[in-house]
Amino acid sequence: MKRLFLLGLFVLATAITYAGGYRVSLQGQRSLAMGHTGVAVVNNAELAFFNPAGLVFLEDRINAAVGVSAVFSDVVWQNEEYGQMARTDSPVGTPFYAYFSYKLSEKFSVGLAAYTPYGSSVAWEKDWAGSHLVNDIELAAIYVQALGSYKITDNLSIGGGPIYVSGSVNFNRNLNRTLTDLEGNRTNVTLDASGVSAWGWSAGAMWSPVDSLRIGVNYRSEIIVDAQDGDADFENVPNSPLTPFQDTTFDAELPLPAELTVGVSYQLNEKWLFAFDYNRTFWDVYESLDVDFGNPNIPDSNNPRNYKDASIYRFGLQYTANETFTLRAGYYFDESPVQSGYFAPETPRNDSNNFTGGLSVNVSDRVAIDASFLYSRFEEINESYDYYQENEQNVPFEGTYKSSAFIPGLGVTIKI
Amino acid sequence: MKNYFKYMAILALGIVSCEPELENSIEDADVYTSGEADFSNYVALGNSLTAGYADGALYITGQENSYPNILAQKFALAQETNGFTQPLANDNIGGLLLGGTKIAEPRYVLSVGATGPLPGRLNAEPTTEVTNKLQGPFNNMAVPGAKSYHLLAEGYGSIAGLQTDPPSSNAYFARFATSDNTSVLADALAQDPTFFTLWIGNNDVLGYATSGGVGTYQIDNTDVTEYGPNDITNPIAFSMVYRQIVEPLAETADGVLLNIPDITSVPYFTTIPNNALALDASTAANLTSFFQAVAGVFAQVLMQDPNVTPAQAQALASQYAIQFSEGANRFLIEVPASPTNPLGFRQMTEEELLLLPIDQAALRQGYGSVVLTQEVGAVLAVLQSGGQPTPEQVQTLFGAVSGIADEDALDSEEIQNIRTATAAYNEAIKSTADALGLGFVDANALVAKLDSEGIAFDGGVLTSTFVQGGAYSLDGVHQTPRGSAVIANAIIDEINATYGAKLPKANIGDYGTVTLDQNVQ
Repeated sequence: MKRLFLLGLFVLATAITYAGGYRVSLQGQRSLAMGHTGVAVVNNAELAFFNPAGLVFLEDRINAAVGVSAVFSDVVWQNEEYGQMARTDSPVGTPFYAYFSYKLSEKFSVGLAAYTPYGSSVAWEKDWAGSHLVNDIELAAIYVQALGSYKITDNLSIGGGPIYVSGSVNFNRNLNRTLTDLEGNRTNVTLDASGVSAWGWSAGAMWSPVDSLRIGVNYRSEIIVDAQDGDADFENVPNSPLTPFQDTTFDAELPLPAELTVGVSYQLNEKWLFAFDYNRTFWDVYESLDVDFGNPNIPDSNNPRNYKDASIYRFGLQYTANETFTLRAGYYFDESPVQSGYFAPETPRNDSNNFTGGLSVNVSDRVAIDASFLYSRFEEINESYDYYQENEQNVPFEGTYKSSAFIPGLGVTIKI
Repeated sequence: MKNYFKYMAILALGIVSCEPELENSIEDADVYTSGEADFSNYVALGNSLTAGYADGALYITGQENSYPNILAQKFALAQETNGFTQPLANDNIGGLLLGGTKIAEPRYVLSVGATGPLPGRLNAEPTTEVTNKLQGPFNNMAVPGAKSYHLLAEGYGSIAGLQTDPPSSNAYFARFATSDNTSVLADALAQDPTFFTLWIGNNDVLGYATSGGVGTYQIDNTDVTEYGPNDITNPIAFSMVYRQIVEPLAETADGVLLNIPDITSVPYFTTIPNNALALDASTAANLTSFFQAVAGVFAQVLMQDPNVTPAQAQALASQYAIQFSEGANRFLIEVPASPTNPLGFRQMTEEELLLLPIDQAALRQGYGSVVLTQEVGAVLAVLQSGGQPTPEQVQTLFGAVSGIADEDALDSEEIQNIRTATAAYNEAIKSTADALGLGFVDANALVAKLDSEGIAFDGGVLTSTFVQGGAYSLDGVHQTPRGSAVIANAIIDEINATYGAKLPKANIGDYGTVTLDQNVQ
């Protein structure tokens, strides 16, 4: 058990944005198969993420759930006025989770969790038309959390715990649309920072007014990842005092916004369970991506983002077919936090309709295999990022975007 | 195992089908179209402006941003083409070697010196060896330096012709001419172009203009074989030659003809102001009194001739009593000595132009006005005390005047010659386009617009201001990539209008301007 957990921790996680902004909602195969609902569902150790208050309601003494998803996500962009087109060739992302809980008493459980709720990996063709905004980006944040879950009454519990975050970012873009060295190689900068740590917390409550109905609420705090003294590596810089871009350090902040979830689940009968979750992600905190270079001769880079708070509406259902098979399906609508005119190709996401499905197979009394898939459907959209500047003049980067994501996932649930 | 493969295949299919597709993808056949034109084999003809020559040299990235190459990329969106090949230089240094000897200088780059950013020749050795023949055919047949009639000249690409004095052939064409005795047009026609662009004739006036008008306007001589490199081609000869170039091309291909901009509006001629003689009040007064002295002495010299009345002498000499004032003053220019201007200098008029390579340090030392030496001061002292100067002192006085030499300036007559010839060429080009039903681009109007209000794009306004304006490279004559994009867009507009094509334009702001580097000669 311990080994599995550690294994999960040390899997090199690369999370791809498939939800609004750089939120990656893949924190449990059972929940994901039900539209990533779970704040009011008592199912397995995935509760460690969805609502730690529910851990104490798990029947077994030891519960564990681990899993990983494979994110196949791509974006196509074109600008019809200029006959330009580009596709991302993003690497397959593998966000993971590992949850563990241990029942100390009827009233109290403790747990440990590791998961990757934020991340992004987008790779455009090098020097593509939007390369002054981004060539490629890899953003990963691993959350590790200690948990406690306490049953106040038989139908009311609370839970929560501190979160330790380790984040990393690698971001490359060209300095502007045209600057090159003598050989015509575009001048670019790579920002790299890893092992950036920060702290946060989450807490939740669960209440069952009647046996068949559960109501849950969970809040995960905002965490500002503050990269200090990262490496800024400038390449293909012209040999000129007019372009004083020497390798230096940088400071930058990236917010991992707070998220509030409320939801209900209803056990219709032994076979059918319905769940509904509402997420509110407080993206408003992401006003601007500001990069402050250590070398005072290098102008700082300010990139307005102006995200707005966004909602997600999730619906899920579960059908327990027999002792071996449990089938699940779900849907969610994911509202993009990106406002019109701020559509930057590093997180090119608009509203999406998401369809999920999956099943669990009980291999034994103690072990179940959980499988899920997610298909994210985005409408194509004409959008622009209007806040890139040349000669103190805003130069919009416009085009038609279309994204897609297909995400199969596999996990294991263990209860002892 | 079999099942494993089956599942993998299904999974892979699912992933592939998830590749996002746009409803109106530009990869679809009907988004961009060729109309009546056929771009499958596009051949570009012209001179340095078409070759992608920039910053005083031919180098790879300049060629990659030539307007024909920009056009060809757009053509390829509308239909299947054979691609677009160019006789690329060997490096991004520029310049040429002939048998290992440098015959053309490397490119200019912008370097920052004590007085600020200035263009300088890159401090590197060219590696493009003319005798290393390139295997064509090349879609971009443009030859830097070519005048209109050179496109018809057999042997223009002969290596042997480069060794004669003066050379009878062109080193740029020699790199890729298919044989020693072929012509540019013959090599172009041999490719069976389906579409062509032609921008030729600029050099028919440019050599004259950049030499400061030291050549001849061949107004009475249509035999182009007798022309020197700095002469203006006779407009009738141009017209005939132009038809001879276009007619065989137009027999099988559609195309677009570009006319000739007024070369006097490019930075090479507009950057150094002719009134850069900045004077403080006392220097202005000194200069004014100097020229009063010149006028007075010259009147006395004239009056030594018994046939000249004092009134006549005063009238003729008074032109040299040039007044200077505090602030900006126009320079003096040398003109041929004549009965009406016996001393052979005068102040420049407002429209007259100085050339970019003029020695600006010399201008600060008195070139363009007066070089005041101690000897001159002594003569002035003699005059002030009411004394009579000796003939030697008179010579010293007159000799102190340092008018700008002919090769450093375009005077009004030379400007007129250039404009008259350009207008005549442009009539021939327009009538050829009309007669043969070809597309026509008014490049002259484009260049005029760059010089007046500029051309707006998403990142600013493109103007003909040297270095900062963005349209012209560091040689002051040839476009930057951004300038080439403007020309490409004008051609695209014309193709869309004339041939009913639907081609997208180039995004001007995506194209660069001048290159920075400190490594200069």
